[in-house]
Amino acid sequence: MVEMTSTALPRRKPLVLRYPSVAIFLIILSLFTAVVTILGEGFGIGVISTSFIKTLGKTLCLCLAALAMDLVWGYTGILSLGHMAFFGIGGYAIGMWLMYARTEIIVRDSLAAAALPPTPQEISDGIATQIFGVVGTSEFPPIWSLAHSFPLQLAAVVLVPGLLAFVFGWLAFRSRVTGVYLSILTQAMTLALSLYLFQNDSGLRGNNGLSGLQNLPGLEDVPQSTVSILFFWASALALGLGYVLCAWVVSGKFGSVIRAIRDDESRVRFLGYSVEAYKLFIFTFTAVICGIAGALYYPQAGIINPAEIAPIASIYLAVWVAIGGRGRLYGAVIGAAFVSLLSTWFTGGQAPDISVGFYTIQWVDWWTILLGLSFVAVTLFAPRGVGGLIDRFTERRAPDRHGADLGPDLGSLQEREADK
Amino acid sequence: MHTKLLNTTAAVLFASALPALADCPIKVGVLHSLSGTMAISETTLKDTMEMLVEQQNEAGGLLGCELEAVVVDPASDWPLFAEKARELLTVHEVDVIFGNWTSVSRKSVLPVIEELNGLLFYPVQYEGEESSKNVFYTGAAPNQQAIPATDYFLDELEVEKFALLGTDYVYPRTTNNILESYLQQKGIAEEDIFVNYTPFGHSDWSKIVADVVALGADGKKVGVISTINGDANVGFYKELAAAGISADDIPVVAFSVGEEELAGLDTTNLVGHLAAWNYFQSADSEANEGWVEAWKARMGEDRVTNDPMEAHYIGFNMWVNAATEAGTTDVDAVRTAMYGQEFPNLTGGTAVMLPNHHLAKPVLIGEIQEDGQFDIISQTEEVPGDAWTDYLPESAVLVSDWKELGCGMYNTETESCVQIKSNY
Amino acid sequence: MMLPFKRAVLALLILAAPTLLQAQSAEAPVQQVLQTHADVIVKSSRKTIGPAIDALATSGLPEAQVVLERWQAKDMWVNKETGLFVFAEKADGGLQLFDVSDGSEIGIADRKQFKQLKPNSGIRGMIASALVQFRLNDPNPENRADALTAIERDAEASHLAALRGAIDTEDDADLKARKERLERLLTIRFDEDEAARLAAIESFAGDLGVDVRATLNPLVASEIQTAQQIPDGAVAVEVGSDDLTREQAYDLLVEAGLAPALVDTATVKEALIANISGDTVAGVQVASLNEDAARAAAYQLLADQGLADPLVTQNEIDKAIESHSFFRVYVGAPLPVALAAQATLQDIETQVALNQTADLVLDALSLASIYFLAAIGLAITFGVMGVINMAHGEFIMMGAYTGYVVQLFIPDLTLSILVAIPCAFMVTFGAGVLMERLVIRWLYHRPLETLLATFGVSIALQQLAKNIFGTQARPLTAPAWLDGSMVINDIVSISYIRIAIFILALLFLALFLIVMNRTRLGLEVRAVTQNPRMAASMGINPDRINMLTFGFGSGIAGIAGVAIGLYAKVTSEMGSDYIVQSFMTVVVGGVGNIWGTLLGATMVGTLQKGIEWLNPSNTLAAQTYMILFIILFIQFRPRGIIALKGRAAEA
Repeated sequence: MVEMTSTALPRRKPLVLRYPSVAIFLIILSLFTAVVTILGEGFGIGVISTSFIKTLGKTLCLCLAALAMDLVWGYTGILSLGHMAFFGIGGYAIGMWLMYARTEIIVRDSLAAAALPPTPQEISDGIATQIFGVVGTSEFPPIWSLAHSFPLQLAAVVLVPGLLAFVFGWLAFRSRVTGVYLSILTQAMTLALSLYLFQNDSGLRGNNGLSGLQNLPGLEDVPQSTVSILFFWASALALGLGYVLCAWVVSGKFGSVIRAIRDDESRVRFLGYSVEAYKLFIFTFTAVICGIAGALYYPQAGIINPAEIAPIASIYLAVWVAIGGRGRLYGAVIGAAFVSLLSTWFTGGQAPDISVGFYTIQWVDWWTILLGLSFVAVTLFAPRGVGGLIDRFTERRAPDRHGADLGPDLGSLQEREADK
Repeated sequence: MHTKLLNTTAAVLFASALPALADCPIKVGVLHSLSGTMAISETTLKDTMEMLVEQQNEAGGLLGCELEAVVVDPASDWPLFAEKARELLTVHEVDVIFGNWTSVSRKSVLPVIEELNGLLFYPVQYEGEESSKNVFYTGAAPNQQAIPATDYFLDELEVEKFALLGTDYVYPRTTNNILESYLQQKGIAEEDIFVNYTPFGHSDWSKIVADVVALGADGKKVGVISTINGDANVGFYKELAAAGISADDIPVVAFSVGEEELAGLDTTNLVGHLAAWNYFQSADSEANEGWVEAWKARMGEDRVTNDPMEAHYIGFNMWVNAATEAGTTDVDAVRTAMYGQEFPNLTGGTAVMLPNHHLAKPVLIGEIQEDGQFDIISQTEEVPGDAWTDYLPESAVLVSDWKELGCGMYNTETESCVQIKSNY
Repeated sequence: MMLPFKRAVLALLILAAPTLLQAQSAEAPVQQVLQTHADVIVKSSRKTIGPAIDALATSGLPEAQVVLERWQAKDMWVNKETGLFVFAEKADGGLQLFDVSDGSEIGIADRKQFKQLKPNSGIRGMIASALVQFRLNDPNPENRADALTAIERDAEASHLAALRGAIDTEDDADLKARKERLERLLTIRFDEDEAARLAAIESFAGDLGVDVRATLNPLVASEIQTAQQIPDGAVAVEVGSDDLTREQAYDLLVEAGLAPALVDTATVKEALIANISGDTVAGVQVASLNEDAARAAAYQLLADQGLADPLVTQNEIDKAIESHSFFRVYVGAPLPVALAAQATLQDIETQVALNQTADLVLDALSLASIYFLAAIGLAITFGVMGVINMAHGEFIMMGAYTGYVVQLFIPDLTLSILVAIPCAFMVTFGAGVLMERLVIRWLYHRPLETLLATFGVSIALQQLAKNIFGTQARPLTAPAWLDGSMVINDIVSISYIRIAIFILALLFLALFLIVMNRTRLGLEVRAVTQNPRMAASMGINPDRINMLTFGFGSGIAGIAGVAIGLYAKVTSEMGSDYIVQSFMTVVVGGVGNIWGTLLGATMVGTLQKGIEWLNPSNTLAAQTYMILFIILFIQFRPRGIIALKGRAAEA
């Protein structure tokens, strides 16, 4: 197989040519960023409100998480129902530094007036009282020991989700937990994590979580209109980079192998590939992407608390990818952006109520039902999701296997084969 | 035609120049969840606000303007609270916001309100330890609910051993922390205080109830102080009833169980257990009769009124009076005019807005009755709300006084303002 | 909403009121007693009410008992103007008044003129206690029982003699036993005679009652004290043991004024601040004092100059501890009584520990049966058919809401539950069949997509329930015969509702076994599960079988919903509380085997209770650790406790 691919195919074309969607996506993303910047309040004419810019910035982060979900589910066939846990961990990691640093400035200022110059212990106690006063303690839990350092917490954004995913994945894949079992297990993982964080004893302020994250330490004087644009740019950049990286990962031989794992794991194993290693890599890699997305998301949201990690969040992630279209990177982005913005619109009370005589349909109440049912409909009738529409333009089809099974994941695009 | 247009323009110009300030209509933001887990509690408050705004409009509006309620739905999603607050202040440009229920949602909104210099009225009993320049706390601080209830346990029921049961979140944590410290100062030994936290919606209470009963083994009278939230109360009271614990053996005083919560319960087995609030529907006063009547006429005969509704009632009326006094709805002017505002409580007596942004209100203790209402058995004088509790060492040195000191977190030891913005 | 007519009547009554009140005798002796203490009675605080109750109880007036009883029942009101007390009942148009001295009717008066006296439960207890003397020999056994309850709650020394006098005349066997037991308890507490106390204490050996421990524990109260010499009747305590650490020992010495207090960082800071002159303290630059070590050094300088208390060295601490004795003194009772009480308590404690374990096991079994009940429907749909139904929790919820709706229409609780169970089965059976027809049958070979689609259904159903029933918990009330609990002793008890759930779980297990092993349907289900094509060629219609099986599983979930709703609460989110646990139960037990599910439920339930027992102050942690444990468990036994082998495992 290795032999064959290297001789049969001519020199590989550059990534952009093999994946025209990459170029198209990057162009659309930069245009979008530019337009939003011009229309925004921070540097532009102020047509779009700061709160909407924040919504857009957050949506970009969700798109990035959806990309990761697509990679792990649409391409590798692992339906993880726990990736928002990694997203949340990323948010917590950066949130700890944001809270610590902001509080430290306040405490140092207030202690400067004291009769004696403060000892390091007094400063640390002061910060702890400020942060944990609301949950009834005034001591730093050990988990905060690195919170003073920006680079270390930044590293934690990548390392903690990565490590958790690695350990969890290693245990799960090693004992060949697959399919729905793995899904339920990942769901249990995220439930356990959120229950753990709900306890105040976890040291991360329990149900209150970390708040005030939109106020960047040292940048108190910069207005939120500017901060929001900065974060919007950062999110757009991260999404762009993430897209290219994911496209690169799925493009080469590696991509073929993971798709093969999705379609028939045992055959790939018999061909001599270490299926577990591939899965573990993808699982960990996507966890890291989610962590980064979370670290960009929560400073825009302003608050993170354990409810964000509840199992339902991860399920919504899967919903986005399914509606957008699995096994297409653009599908994930379309799904996440489309559904989450629509969700904001419907729950925001902007959607007009529909009166059917005896009853008035208020979208605030009925949107979730619509979402749930449309999800069922997509699974049943349009497993390719919205991305399926794009397939019609590009005339990309699933191969005709003369009635044989396409593999376990009908909804995903079988790209390589479809080309031939 | 031309003249008419001119006239209208002139009139508009005139009108905008005359009452000076507020461009009509004056917008009142309502930031309560209408969907999600908190919807049941908060929807009631949204309805309350709409009713209050309507009543005010019928009474002639404010500063010559109609009032308009701008309702948004933060959907019990804490980050969404911050987003919606920003939307209210920057997009809808409301003059005041009435909203929030949970502490975490308030903490989510705080930075936005402070950044944009908004004005928020927060109507729910909470854990204290906060005093924001931009928030008026019309619900009870711990010293207006928890401390008097504990005193009642100590003095009237002679409870010697305390079980502090709570849902694991910030309000029970902080309240229990304060109470632990308070009880120890009152001479209750540390080992006579049993603390337990359960998750939201907890349903398996048998072991915890058994533990509480077992506390009585050393011959001391046991009392339960419950900060159990929402649905979890259903299972808790069911288990209490099943265990045959009468209120005379082990009294339970709850801080989060009001008329609304009891509606989901069969109260026959709970008769005699207690709740502490600043308001009960059964309060005997003419103002309250009118209020309950108006509410039932609007919402239906089977609806009940509760404490946070009264808090909005007082808060809204104080705001109206303050704005009238200041002649504008400008936040800073209204804020200054708020200090010392007085308004009659529905339970009798007068609520006063203190410079620490809390109210002075009477504390009521009620016994649960078979019909799901409370029989008020104790009512104190007005207790001034204390932003920073006196019973925790690190808070005892702090005071809040926005009028004289201009600081919500003033350290009386170092005589300096710790911070102008709040903790969130 | 007062009608004009009513208003008029009321006005008349108000006018008539003064004459009415004159009819009331202000000179009646009991009214005089009440008037003497009017202030405290109206104030109604336990702290001050004592004399008023005592005066009434000892007044010797025949009507005192009635006054006390009606006061306790919140029937006594006070006239706001005249301050006279009356009995009153709410009646049309105001209050129906009665005289306190003879209960004669006075008439109807305006409510606003009177204030109801609301003795709180503390005062009611005191009144009950004062009523004991009247009621202990009351001809009505209920009143005698009330008197005993009052003594149990709040005993006084005077009760002992009264109780002893009331034992012989008691003809009700239960009450007599209660009286005798109570007499022994009061003897322990109040009797002057030490021998009698000792005998009473010994008689309680091995008794598990909380009241016994409540009586004995105060007797063994002790405290650790310190002096040069151990006094008589005290027990020496070793310093450095668990009873008394060295730090505690030194604190005791400081408290007793036998040693100087330790200087802590706060004291250091205060002393330094107090001695700041210019920008130095004791010659040290203030700016350099930003380390604890630097502050300590500066403090030492202050101490050397005599400006602060000297630091206490470790050497001095050791010396102080060595030169004193530490001992335990019993403060609750004389030493022999205390020691006897301790011996009896120790005996009881062993029993208590045993019984607590038994109680824990019962709790665990009960929780296991709840999990089993929640999971058994899944054991069918997931275990037998291999269909992942994430809306399973919502079927439980639907069952519970069905019960709620049935109760709205049928007020009789027993009947309503009997109707609710088949209704819940039918509703969820129907919903299950519908879902199978519309969604699941298209996805039989795509388990991941079944999972997702059923999630969609789950989200929609949950929101639908919210729209219909609101987010607030709805009551599902158990019939009276399920109220209360089976009390084995004061430690081991279990509520009847939990027993009912346990029995229901066993019934379901039996039902499952019979249906699967003894009926044609079961046979066909097994055939279709193992090989649908072969089954089809044998004349079985796999479509029909799948539909029925799924409906059956869903229907059972509905019945489970009624049971769970009875014991906990009915909310739109109750399903999601159980879904992950249910799947865990099935997966841990081993898919496709009902005994596995049973074992899984037992393991999950026991585990959760076990962890809760280890960490009683945080129930949330128990859930987290349990899930973690299950995750690990599945890593090592991916196919569950009872793993199917061979071909069935691949099905």
